[in-house]
Amino acid sequence: MNIALNLVAAKTIIRKEMVRVLRIWIQTIVPPAITMTLYFIIFGNLIGRRIGVMDGFDYMQYIAPGLIMMSVITNSYGNVVSSFFGAKFGRHVEEMLVAPMSYATIIIGHVAGGVLRGLLVGALVTVVALFFTKLQVAHPFIMISIVLLSSIVFSLAGFINAVFARKFDDISIIPTFVLTPLTYLGGVFYSISLLPEFWQNASKLNPILYMVNAFRYGILGTSDISIGHAYAILLVFVVVLFSGCMFLMRRGIGIRE
Amino acid sequence: MKALSIKNLTKTYANGNQALKGIDLAVDAGDFYALLGPNGAGKTTAIGIISSLVNKSGGEVEIFGHSIDSELEAAKACLGIVPQEINLNLWETVGNTVMNQAGYYGLSGKLRKERVEKYLRALRLWDRRDDTARSLSGGMKRRLMIARALVHEPKLLILDEPTAGVDIEIRRSMWEFLREINAAGTTIILTTHYLEEAESLCRHIAIIDEGTIIEDARMSQVLRKLQREVFVLSLSEQLEEAPTLTGFETRLREDCELEVEKGPESDLNELFEQLNAQGIRVVSLRNKANRLEEMFMHLVENKGAAA
Repeated sequence: MNIALNLVAAKTIIRKEMVRVLRIWIQTIVPPAITMTLYFIIFGNLIGRRIGVMDGFDYMQYIAPGLIMMSVITNSYGNVVSSFFGAKFGRHVEEMLVAPMSYATIIIGHVAGGVLRGLLVGALVTVVALFFTKLQVAHPFIMISIVLLSSIVFSLAGFINAVFARKFDDISIIPTFVLTPLTYLGGVFYSISLLPEFWQNASKLNPILYMVNAFRYGILGTSDISIGHAYAILLVFVVVLFSGCMFLMRRGIGIRE
Repeated sequence: MKALSIKNLTKTYANGNQALKGIDLAVDAGDFYALLGPNGAGKTTAIGIISSLVNKSGGEVEIFGHSIDSELEAAKACLGIVPQEINLNLWETVGNTVMNQAGYYGLSGKLRKERVEKYLRALRLWDRRDDTARSLSGGMKRRLMIARALVHEPKLLILDEPTAGVDIEIRRSMWEFLREINAAGTTIILTTHYLEEAESLCRHIAIIDEGTIIEDARMSQVLRKLQREVFVLSLSEQLEEAPTLTGFETRLREDCELEVEKGPESDLNELFEQLNAQGIRVVSLRNKANRLEEMFMHLVENKGAAA
């Protein structure tokens, strides 16, 4: 593999992705900020005052890490799935497929684009959160590594969704019917210790629970799950999903006749 | 050195359609090669396989000695593709479209900017570099795809119907441009439905029909096979009936025109001597159809009859 060529190609894809995100900022950056502001006002401020304290933190503080993580996850996923499917739909994915860069470079470039948008929106939501509550970072390394790994996982998942998608409906099915329910049931708004034992165990099958809780641990220092388990799950997902992306690209499934 | 070597290439789609039935093709470096065939003959499938956008069912493809099976990235680096369908990101600017493509081929820094400017100027798009691709006319979009395919200066350029829907002036300027880059050493493979284009530009021709190569020879050899030519004569006055001319078949047309079919045994001097003898004055003459077009139709129809 020509490393220099692939580095330039990866930088080109990342730059292209960022130009796209910033060009359509009204669709990519503003909506999550508005949505999260509403969450903070309604759930955190209005309803949260009646809920009181959760795991030793006021409710606004408790949900802030979950809401930040939720915006990172949905935006990382959404960026890759819409960008790569758009390139497939418009056939300009062929620009990349005929070029001598490796398939790994195409995947990494798009994933990096998803991660950057996820982190950009996450940072914006964090700023919004700071208008409503105080946040102190308990474990910076855990906070940063968990948000990065989660963003990578959902960017890779978005890439796979885009590869299989044949029409625009196909890129909204997974976010609507899988991602959103798992996020809402992933401990963003509550501690699973509030659930009956059966549902506590059922919740532990939800990978987003580990991401949200590990990220909350990074910021607040409290978690419903083991941080070690969260890292293990995230790393397994990264490896499995990246391998899946490489398999699909090599076989040409969804992108070649 | 072969720019392109194809051996026993087959493609069967999932729906059972056998698009390529074992084609062989060898294109010399520096050649200007026409790949002709009716719609659905397999041209675009073959190009799709060469550019790794279509998975082949069997056979071998080598680009400048690099197999697309074992040295795909090296093979891709030698190749520039101008597809039949517009496949531009219509929201991207003209400049960024070519700049990004240069990046995908590993070009960076000053060289990348120089190449982008060089090819946008050559294709007369430099003034539109900040406009989005969607704002370009059809002909400009095709020129942009050519600039994009050339920015890494490939050794082999494949153009799949590059002048479809392009007006005559732009088509002629594109021909001139393609002649120049071929003269500079780029091997070119061209598919087109404008057979005049193939005859004017190409030195070698292959005709593909129903997934099989039915002709593969130098252009001059192919045209020599054509036994009969039809000329349309514009006369000074309308005749009442077609004249009888020995060695020629004649058919009267409207608007003072006469159609004359000439065999290999007769020549135009004989024709004019006989017309002079009958007092028929010819104002001008032209070929009824492009010679290559006749050859093409002859080959495709004969194949159909044989089948």
